[in-house]
Amino acid sequence: MISLSYFLVFAAALFCIGLYGVLARKNAIAILMGIELMLNAVVVNLIAFWRFRTPELIAGQAFAVIVFAVAAAEVAVGLALFIAIYRRRNTIAADEIDLLKW
Amino acid sequence: MTVLQGIFLVVGVVTLGAAVMVVTARNLIHAALWLILTLFGVAVMYGLLSAPFFTVIQVVIYIGAIAILMIFAVMLTRRVKQEAGSSVNQGWWMAGLMSLVLFTALVWMFSTWDGFQTTLPDLPEGLDTIKILGTALVSPNGYVIPFEIASVLLLAALIGAVAVAWEKKS
Repeated sequence: MISLSYFLVFAAALFCIGLYGVLARKNAIAILMGIELMLNAVVVNLIAFWRFRTPELIAGQAFAVIVFAVAAAEVAVGLALFIAIYRRRNTIAADEIDLLKW
Repeated sequence: MTVLQGIFLVVGVVTLGAAVMVVTARNLIHAALWLILTLFGVAVMYGLLSAPFFTVIQVVIYIGAIAILMIFAVMLTRRVKQEAGSSVNQGWWMAGLMSLVLFTALVWMFSTWDGFQTTLPDLPEGLDTIKILGTALVSPNGYVIPFEIASVLLLAALIGAVAVAWEKKS
């Protein structure tokens, strides 16, 4: 019988892989891909808790819908920022974008 | 082992393998394609959790919009120098160590919680989750305010993205 532990461990692994991508990658778009992995892990957790703990309430699914909307907004603004930076500085390597660094 | 467990294990291994390829692939286009495979795997997970609505919006929003947008951005920001040199920064081993520690800590924390082994409860008879979700999102007793705030956020992101990426003609 499948239990909640399966989904929690799966989501934790997905989140940690995404975290590695965010921390280690140089390219800003690769960092954004890591953030997408982390957000997906969060949504898996939300739906799993809804299904296993409170299937008669809809709060978990409603929360997950909001997370989807926020993820779409975040990607749109993030990629627009990277394209603007690329146009001005001709790079999107995260360690070369250091205008605000002393 | 039941059929459900078999499907879960196969999909889980494929999804996590694809996720590892997303964060390690040197070519960003390849990383984006692996990201699409990962998102498909997660969509199957939603199906296993009897949330078919999320399977559909995962495919439409994440794969149809976000992943394609990523591929566009990679193509718009390409340059030759980027292909050479390491794709990770010098502290990558610290990042890997931190991820491993976080994973171990999370699993340990979950395993001390007594709800960890909750088995799959049956859905209540005749429960139409999509209908309930749709009603809850627009009902004043439900989640209409978060829903409206999310739509304002999307509008703001739309205008913001255009404003940021706008090329000023000088």
